[in-house]
Formats: sequence, structure tokens, C-alpha cells
Amino acid sequence: MLHGIDLDIPRGKVVAVMGQSGCGKTTLLRIIAAALLPTRGRARVLGQVTGDLDRDALYALRRRMGMLYQFGALFTDMTVFDNVAFQMREHTNLPEDAIRDLVLLKLEAVGLRGAAPLMPAELSGGMARRVALARAIALDPELILYDEPFTGLDPIALGVIARLVRQLNDALGATAVIVTHDVAETLPLVDYVYFMADGRVVAQGTPADVRRSGVPFVEQFVSGAIDGPVPFHYPAQGYGADLGLAASA
Amino acid sequence: MRAALTHLGAAVTAGIWRLGYGARFFAYLLVHSGTAFRRFRLTLREIYFAGVLSLIIILVSGLFVGMVLGLQGYDTLQRYGSSEALGVLVALSLVRELGPVVAGLLFASRAGSAITAEIGLMKATEQLSAMEMMAVDPIARVVAPRFWGGVLSMPLLAALFSAMGIFGGYLVGVVLIGVDEGAFWSQMQAAVDVRNDILNGVIKSVVFGVAVTLIAVFEGYDAVPTAEGVSGATTRTVVTSSLAILALDFVLTALMFTGGN
Repeated sequence: MLHGIDLDIPRGKVVAVMGQSGCGKTTLLRIIAAALLPTRGRARVLGQVTGDLDRDALYALRRRMGMLYQFGALFTDMTVFDNVAFQMREHTNLPEDAIRDLVLLKLEAVGLRGAAPLMPAELSGGMARRVALARAIALDPELILYDEPFTGLDPIALGVIARLVRQLNDALGATAVIVTHDVAETLPLVDYVYFMADGRVVAQGTPADVRRSGVPFVEQFVSGAIDGPVPFHYPAQGYGADLGLAASA
Repeated sequence: MRAALTHLGAAVTAGIWRLGYGARFFAYLLVHSGTAFRRFRLTLREIYFAGVLSLIIILVSGLFVGMVLGLQGYDTLQRYGSSEALGVLVALSLVRELGPVVAGLLFASRAGSAITAEIGLMKATEQLSAMEMMAVDPIARVVAPRFWGGVLSMPLLAALFSAMGIFGGYLVGVVLIGVDEGAFWSQMQAAVDVRNDILNGVIKSVVFGVAVTLIAVFEGYDAVPTAEGVSGATTRTVVTSSLAILALDFVLTALMFTGGN
């Protein structure tokens, strides 16, 4: 799936991994999250090689991370409040009063303090994503992973999420990795970009660098051209032959 | 011919592999069941969903099964002039067999399918992955409380099914047909043995509870994370659980009630 990936994500930066669907970027995110282990090579995350960790060490590492899933992955049998409080109750001995204050603080940061008693089924897509973001930062993680955070959002919700990603990262001093294929929303808010195609990194640099990189794939991707290195047509025999024209000619 | 053999071999290998995976899952579940008991409110919640919410179907079914037993039993017994033994027939049929088996089958279709669907949907919507990413083991936090909730609920439901069935037999035999009430209860009291009948029935219901709930949580956890996958897993839970109950019932009956009991 991935070949010869050599990725360096500096502490405190917001880094995007971009590419078309199926290029391997979610696999890369899973490797960073230690949900998958590389079959060759190694991944060093927050100073630890993920392949060397036992279950307890892996869980200790994950307590230093937060992850925002594509569709939120909120616990549907819990209220918004309980979703955000989940990790605090599981991993800390904080009294319920302190947990309440912290949860309201996180929800205030994403503008949804008033939605605390609602169930996930009562939220819009954008609101669910914001709650999931509040849950991801519940324990002030050092590394925040975003899996397609902008997919399926209306323009207002999309703008809100994009702004929150940057603001929360700056406020927490965390490192962020955003896996996405949304160019317009992502390039203005990230510090560095990796472009992937067919399981390889084909271009990298600051947003300004990649815009003028001259790499045909990147140009097609950024401009949204329908044909180019990524062809419009799926490989097939000649159209005439398919229609039986070649045989009659 | 060769293709058919290859297909058969692959199916057998896949079945053995899945059985081994299921056994490992069960062992892991038992080892990580501490949370289910340390934070017993998690298990209590599952007892409510698996047990309390199954009460209506269990009680109504028990009543009707007992009433049918009363009618059928009286029809047969009165031919031999033994209609006073109706209470014994109803009680032994329920306590030894029908209570655990029918309650188990109803539990599999009502609670087992719900457990599978819930865990499968949690997997399909990445809730289990999210939990794992939060350094919380989903087997300890989600699966174990549901497993123990089901295991604890099943004997109670079987006991209630039997009690309701005996009441149904009483309604039909004594109130409706007119069998002597004293004979109905006293013969039942004399013939039903606590160890040989009631305890063995309880053991059966515990075994069925373990089998049904294990199958339900395993199918949910192992479901393909799509709508079709969850649907298939739910169906497999009901079918496999029902067959497991009937097969285990035969084995347990052979072990328990041979030798003149």
C-alpha cells in the first residue's frame, strides 16, 4: 500500500497529507496512530517506535494523542457532555465537579456549550464534528490526528471546523496531522503539505511551494482538472471496439 | 471434482480458523472482564437492556406455554385417571426443559440479536476504533459488560418463564378444568426435586446464557462494518444461538437426567 514513505512532522506544526481517494493517506494516518504497524521500516511517534510498544505502552502513547474521525464516531448512547467527559472519566481520578467544568470549557471552545445535554442523533453533521473535536482535545493531547475533517460539511460548518483546527492547535501548542483531499480549505491553514499518489509522496513543501511546484499531479489536484496524470477514463479497450464499430469497419 | 474438494477444504479451514479466533476472543474477554465487575453499573445497564426489556416476551410466552401444557397434559392424564398429576407434569416439563430452552431461544432472538446489532453498528460507525484510539479497550469497556449482563439475566428469565408457565398450567388445570387444587400443588411439591430438577434447570439456563451471549458479542465484534455485514451477523447470532441451545440441551440432558431420574 505504501512505498518508501519518509515523513517528518515537526512538533507544533499543522501538517496536511493530501491525495486522491485510495492513495494511502488514511493508511498512513493509521500507522501514525499505531492502529497499523508498518510491514517494513518504522514509525516514530512522540519519540517512540510504535512497533516496539506492548499494549500498555501503546495505550500510554495514545493518551497523548487525539483523533478526529471522518464522521465524528461519537458514542451514540451518550450525551454530548458524556462523550467529551469519556476520557476524563476513564483516565483520570478527577471529581465530577472538575470534569463538569473541563467539559464545559472544551465545549465552549467549539461553541457548543449549550448542546451539552443533547444526544448525537440530535446534532447536525457540522455540530457532531465539533463535538468530536472537543472530545479529541479533552485531555490536551500533544498530537492531534484529523481523518478527512471537512468531508460532507456545508460551507459554514466547514469554515468553522477549519478555523477551530488552527486555533485549537495554536492554543494547545499541539502538533496536527490532517489527512484530506480538500485543497481550498486545507492549504490556507497548514504549515506544510505532503502530496501522495499511489502510496508514495510525490511532492512536499509549504502551501506556497506546492502551488508552484510544477509537479503535474499536484497541479491537476490543486486546480481540480478532470484529466491529467490521473486520467478521467478507467483503463478499457477502444471505445469503437466496445461498440462493435471496429469489427464492422 | 477437484474444485469442489478445494472449496470444501477452504470452507472447513475457514470454519476451524473462526472457531479458534472465537476461542481466543472468549479467553481475552474473560481475562479483561474486571471492568464489568469493578464498575458494576456498566453491567447493570446491560442487565436492564438484555433482561428487563425481555421480560414482556418471556412472561407472556411462559404463560401461554404453561396453559398449553395444562390442556395437553390434562387430555393425556385423564385417560389414565391421573389428572391430579397435572401439576407434576407441568412443573417438571418447565423446570427441566421448556423453561431453559424456550427462554433461551426467546433470549437469543430478542436480546442476542440486539447485542450483535449494537456492537456491529458501533464498529461500523468507528465508535470501537475511537475508543481504542482513546486508550480504552473496547472488549473490556463495551463487550464484557454486555456479556456478563446477558449471562446474569438468562437464569433469571428462565426462572420467571417457568414460574409463569406453572401459573398458566394452574389457571387452565385448576381454575378452568377443575383439577383438585390441593393435589395439583402437593404432588408438584412432592415430585419436583431441588437438586435433580431445579438446580439442573438452572445449570442449563446458565450454560445457554453463556453460549447465546458469547455468540452475540462475538458476531457483533467480528461483523463486517457495513449495513449488510451487521445484518448478516445479526442473522447468524439468532441461527447459531438457537442451534447451540438445542445441541447443548441434548448433551446436558444426557449428562443430567440419565440413570433413573
